[in-house]
Amino acid sequence: MLEIGTLHYLMVAAILFLIGLIGVITRRNVVIIFMCIELMLSAVNLNLLAFSRLYGLHGQVFALFIAADAAAEAAVGLGILIAFFRNRTTVNMDEVDLLKG
Amino acid sequence: MTPVATPFFFYFLSAVAIISALVMITKVNPVHSALALIVTLLASAGLYLMLYAPFMAGVQIVLYAGGILVMFLFVMMLVNIEHLYVEKMMNRQWVIALLAALVLGSLVLGALYKGAGSFPQQIVNHPEQTNSQEIGMLLYGPQTGYYMFPFEIASVLLLVAVVGAVVMAKRRV
Repeated sequence: MLEIGTLHYLMVAAILFLIGLIGVITRRNVVIIFMCIELMLSAVNLNLLAFSRLYGLHGQVFALFIAADAAAEAAVGLGILIAFFRNRTTVNMDEVDLLKG
Repeated sequence: MTPVATPFFFYFLSAVAIISALVMITKVNPVHSALALIVTLLASAGLYLMLYAPFMAGVQIVLYAGGILVMFLFVMMLVNIEHLYVEKMMNRQWVIALLAALVLGSLVLGALYKGAGSFPQQIVNHPEQTNSQEIGMLLYGPQTGYYMFPFEIASVLLLVAVVGAVVMAKRRV
């Protein structure tokens, strides 16, 4: 079978990132949009780890920081989501149009 | 000793990750989406193990699949999801989404096609037994602690996030 190189991992990460992007653009539910953002962050982590196999351990430390950022982003985002649901009683992204001119 | 990172495992884990990611963005019920996302994250933890990063694989399982997804499920318990079955799941942005994915995908493909030749050929196989120790030395080591200050900044960031989440989710500010 073909030898698995760095390029294979980068392709898988790119595919996961693109799936997350499509989900963010097309879905209407805010919770699922947050989940797609987590998926995109995880795909970036896969990229960093694939390169850390070539260039040393610094990529793994960067991936650790990205995981911490993902946790912080999820906490703040879900807080915003709960406040939004209390005001509008919906989790639909199309209703968030207060800043629309 | 035969290596664990066989092509079969790579293709299997990648297929599981991609298929459950597709399931995630096509399910109506967000709880089903969250379960599919857990499967995706566990499969990518397996890919991390194949990339000689056992510490990050553990962090992925504990933090993403164990922490963040439980938070998502809690929030889904608080918000009402019954009306999702009667209204439309997607908005009318399929064309934009496919266009954006096509542009970004071709950009990434072009970059990989151009840049793949410049990757180092030999792969440094870091020993898995000391992986956590070496990451700890990079974070806290007396001589090699390059990331001590960013680590402290990350802890402050998490504190700010916790305070912000409490303030925003509170009933009266």
